Amino acid sequence: MSTTAEATQPDRSAVRSLLRLWPYVRPVRTRLFTAAFVAIVASCLSLVIPLVLKWMVDGPVADRDVGGVWLGALYLLLLGVAEAVLFGFRRWLVARPLAGVEAAMRADLFRHLQRLPVAFHDRWASGQLLSRGTTDLMLVRMFLAFPLTFLLVNGVTILVGAGILLAQQWTLGLVLLAPVVPLVFLIARFEARYSSVARTAQDQVGDLTTVVEESVLGIRIIKGFGRHRSQAATFRALSERLRGTELVKARLLAGIFGVIMTVPELAIGAALVLGTMQVADGTLSAGTLVAFLSTALALRWPVDAMGFLLAMSQEAATATDRYFEVLDAEDERDVRRETVRGTERHEGGPVPAAPPPTTIAAAAEGSERAGERHGLRFEAVRFRYPDASEDTEPVLKDIDLHIRPGETMALVGGTGSGKTTLTALVPRLYELTAGRITLDGRDIAAMPREELRTLVSMAFEEPTLFSASVGENVRMGAEHADDEQVRRALDVAQAGFVDTLPQGFGTQVGEQGLSLSGGQRQRLALARAVVGKPRFLVLDDPLSALDVHTEALVEAALRRVLQDTTALVVAHRPSTVLLADRVALLSDGRVAAVGTHHELLRDNAEYAWLMSGAHAEERHR
Amino acid sequence: MTSSTATTPQPDAGDATSGAVPGGPGAPGPDAEGTGPGGRDTGGTDSRGADPDGPAPSGAEPKGTDAGGDPFDRDALPAPDGATGALLRSLLAPLRARVVVAAVLLLLQQAAAQAGPLLVAFAIDSGVPALRDGDHGPLVVVGAGYAVCALGSGAFQYAFIRASAQVNQAALLDLRGRIFRHAQSLSLDFHERYTSGRLISRSTTDVESLRELLSEGLQELLAVVLSFVYISAMLLWLDLGIGGLAVLSFVPLYLLVRLYRRRAAVVFAERSTAIASVIVKFAETMNGIRPVRAFRRERANDERFGALNDRHARSNGDSLLEMARYVVGSRLVANTAVAGIVLWGAYRVTEGTLALGVLAAAVLYLRRLYDPIDRLGMFLNSYESAAASLQKIAGLLAQTPSVPEPARPVGLPERSGASGPGREVVFEEVRFAYRTGGEVLPRFDLTIPAGQTVAVVGSTGAGKSTLAKLLARFYDPTEGRVLLDGTDLRDLPVPELRRGVVMVTQEAFLFSGTVAENIAIGRPDATREEIERAAKAIGAHDFISGLPEGYDTDVRKRGGRISAGQRQLVAFARALLADPAVLILDEATSSLDIPGERAVQRAMDTVLRGRTAIVIAHRLSTVEIADRVLVMEHGRIVEDGTPAALIDGTGRFAGLHRAWRESLV
Repeated sequence: MSTTAEATQPDRSAVRSLLRLWPYVRPVRTRLFTAAFVAIVASCLSLVIPLVLKWMVDGPVADRDVGGVWLGALYLLLLGVAEAVLFGFRRWLVARPLAGVEAAMRADLFRHLQRLPVAFHDRWASGQLLSRGTTDLMLVRMFLAFPLTFLLVNGVTILVGAGILLAQQWTLGLVLLAPVVPLVFLIARFEARYSSVARTAQDQVGDLTTVVEESVLGIRIIKGFGRHRSQAATFRALSERLRGTELVKARLLAGIFGVIMTVPELAIGAALVLGTMQVADGTLSAGTLVAFLSTALALRWPVDAMGFLLAMSQEAATATDRYFEVLDAEDERDVRRETVRGTERHEGGPVPAAPPPTTIAAAAEGSERAGERHGLRFEAVRFRYPDASEDTEPVLKDIDLHIRPGETMALVGGTGSGKTTLTALVPRLYELTAGRITLDGRDIAAMPREELRTLVSMAFEEPTLFSASVGENVRMGAEHADDEQVRRALDVAQAGFVDTLPQGFGTQVGEQGLSLSGGQRQRLALARAVVGKPRFLVLDDPLSALDVHTEALVEAALRRVLQDTTALVVAHRPSTVLLADRVALLSDGRVAAVGTHHELLRDNAEYAWLMSGAHAEERHR
Repeated sequence: MTSSTATTPQPDAGDATSGAVPGGPGAPGPDAEGTGPGGRDTGGTDSRGADPDGPAPSGAEPKGTDAGGDPFDRDALPAPDGATGALLRSLLAPLRARVVVAAVLLLLQQAAAQAGPLLVAFAIDSGVPALRDGDHGPLVVVGAGYAVCALGSGAFQYAFIRASAQVNQAALLDLRGRIFRHAQSLSLDFHERYTSGRLISRSTTDVESLRELLSEGLQELLAVVLSFVYISAMLLWLDLGIGGLAVLSFVPLYLLVRLYRRRAAVVFAERSTAIASVIVKFAETMNGIRPVRAFRRERANDERFGALNDRHARSNGDSLLEMARYVVGSRLVANTAVAGIVLWGAYRVTEGTLALGVLAAAVLYLRRLYDPIDRLGMFLNSYESAAASLQKIAGLLAQTPSVPEPARPVGLPERSGASGPGREVVFEEVRFAYRTGGEVLPRFDLTIPAGQTVAVVGSTGAGKSTLAKLLARFYDPTEGRVLLDGTDLRDLPVPELRRGVVMVTQEAFLFSGTVAENIAIGRPDATREEIERAAKAIGAHDFISGLPEGYDTDVRKRGGRISAGQRQLVAFARALLADPAVLILDEATSSLDIPGERAVQRAMDTVLRGRTAIVIAHRLSTVEIADRVLVMEHGRIVEDGTPAALIDGTGRFAGLHRAWRESLV
């Protein structure tokens, strides 16, 4: 996916990205600000400790005042306790709220993703979405917990510390503070380079993961063709490349750590020499020197950390961008706003058949005549996948098809003729490029999706089961179906094997449970489609994975269900076609012919060829 | 969870990565820990956490599998005792020399870094008086010493990071390769039970957590431990009393760390379970977005996801709070100790029994001594998860392939001239049962002469696929032998076997890459011409030419929408290109339309003429091209004969075939 890597952006836009987090932070702002304030206080307390030391060394210790020593130690203890409690308090303040912010953002992402058009999901690998919902949000939480607070806290601490150093002895202070500016600059430069190498490494990990994933999913092919050595070689090459990048990372890291170690130490050394001379001269007290070095030590972390705090913020900004990139994608809207989108949808294409006001009128008209049944009608339907460019040939062009109420229409066509695409248009998994589809006279584009999808039930070519019990999986078709209805649906699909499962209905299936064979999954998916006795049924090659015997049984049972349902059934086989009253032949994106199986078999050469594999003439010979 | 942030030492940074605790300061490496009762315990909890699926069996064939505590279901493959430690040792053993170098570098680095305060003491106690006497000698020593130490610590730091990166990366490269090769060598029955998701997370997230431990955690721990040791030694050397007091303060710190570790382990196990279920729900929903939409599952999913998400937020909050408690506790102990030591030290200075410089140095050392306490938390986090991960990896590596390569490979005889390119297949008193029990194929004998095309029909679960997998040597028979031209499959070297027998299955998986590359898997050295010829023979050429970039279209990129039927055609072209002596088709035409199926049959009739072929199909149309039909039921071959004989007979097959013919008219 090209969506992962983005160049490091300038800080200004990083700030802008991070500002977008505000709506999520707002509810917890009081605690967050309090925590920041507490952290500043705690941090400054640790700067006071050296001052107490100085006071002790120059006062009570020099004066041999035992009471003063006790007092000093007491101050130290109190400061220490206060610092510990405040740091703990800060953590306590933000722990739950930040976990909550992360959860809220994740829940929003999930909710939004579920409502994005299927075309969006076609473009995005689920792994990409998942990493936004986990790693990226973790980075955001860490940013809120840490860099956000500590950029402020450290800034204040450094200023206060610098003030203290300069106030005590400005010459020494300058010596100590001199390296701060170049150090921060160096660190910032390092972070920029480091993060670009780090991103390269991440991409390479991604490539490696792909090889692993594919060699696991394609294990039968690899074993079947004895290809495991070449796979291992590919894997090795990629992991060696990754190692190279990691070593570059380590070299950068080693360099910056070397600098971080050396430069401040040199400054402290210089200050020590200078300070010792001043103490010898008597211009500086021993206590001041101790306090000085102690303060310098206390300031080391805030300075060193600035670089990585900035880097973390940068990373969090990228993570935020990645998060909002998905959240900003427009979701499927229902009627009211849909009409507005409807006009956009047809941009560049032919003028929509029904302009927005008429659409609503049509909808109203439709519901008035709801008593009448018009079946399922495709009118001048044209479709091109949203990610295909304008000048490519549409997958479906000018489809006109009428399925009468209660009728079952089989959809037949060669491999890749667009059958599956056509079925996906009925429940509006994709939006039409032009034309319209009506259910009992109502334009599906004007119907709330919820209602549309209650009316239309589907079984997909690839039967997907979710990690839930068999019963729950079937009930997805009709939430309130009772056990009796579920049982009947399973009977229709000839899914008697359910009874032999360890816990019957209650057996967990899906990725997290029992793995079922293709045929078993297909039968459960079929049961799911028919359980609610839907008005409209769309079945995409529902029997492909069944053996002949089971197929015959399912067909017999399905025939009864289809009697009072308006249905569109994609079929490859004569046996499935025979379920239908009429057959539509899809060829080259158009409906080439409509008729009964026997009519088409007799009159249409392409159909005869598709159904028997032999040309009509051959058959008659 | 990659965190690419530089790991600058950071007090109070425990939020970022917080975790449970090892045996405390100065604890031995993960080696001892991983096999100790503590490490074992948390590892176990965690592994359950990662797969919250409960005890549901995941056998390929549901019938006959029982739920009784299969380690596969809990994602807790047994690793022999001490396997985790042994694995780590075997990874590091070849790198022994480099490990020593890195350790020495770190020792030197710490020595240089911890010398500073000592020089401060020397400066105050000797430098100042000497200076007052006009002697610059001691001060020059201090200045030079400080400069040397500063440069030394920087240089050693640089060298150490690079040296340890070499070690880490070499170990990771080794481990990644081992997991990958091992997973590839394990037989199909393993892959059928160990879900792909688990295998992927073994070689990604689990390796990643080890990477974090090696590259960040371990180095951190060593630095912390070394600085504890050095500073304690320095303090003891400066003043026995002060040093003793500092060492004494380790006792409450150690207790605190132990307490934290115990409590955090519980919280962390809960958190990892929680995030695992969040991830599963998330991934599953996105992968099945079509049915989710079509069946209006959005709201129900929101609710369920919300519950899982809240649970994670709660345990996440718990772990952060646990860290907060630890920080307060350790800071309290540390600050109290500092106050106490300063009190005593200052008191002794007033009494004249301690030099001022020594007190100053002690104070500076104390700050450094307690600074890394919080950093321990970070290490502990990566340690805990790495221990759990290593445990799982060790479990995976402990699996042995049930279909091993032959110790003394035997070549196939030359294809005996007269009978054409096919080879004879013999199942000799073969019986097959799953390792968990449950017989699939009772003992049988079957001979398929070279060049014969055999169709196998029967209902789901009749054992057709098992028969095919035995012939492809995806499984080995429980008893008996499978012979190819008289040679036991178990004695054939893998390349020879794969040249001889090729199986095309129902699930036609495409690897990322171009269509041409996917076909060329059948024979990597094939020319473009040969690839196109194979595609044409199977009738796939037309649709491939219609793709945006023809044979060079990347199957994973946009515009590469390839339907299930088209994928099966590509899989066939692949098999055709491989040109095997024995071809097995296992439901390989299920998504093809009839013309597609015919093209396949034509290809078998022409290009693959004379090959031995086993065709498993639901579709009776396939049977027409067969020389012989086997009807299977409950693992037994119940009918065996030519299609014509069976059709004319009165058996099951005749009935099925009649129904099928009728549907065509």
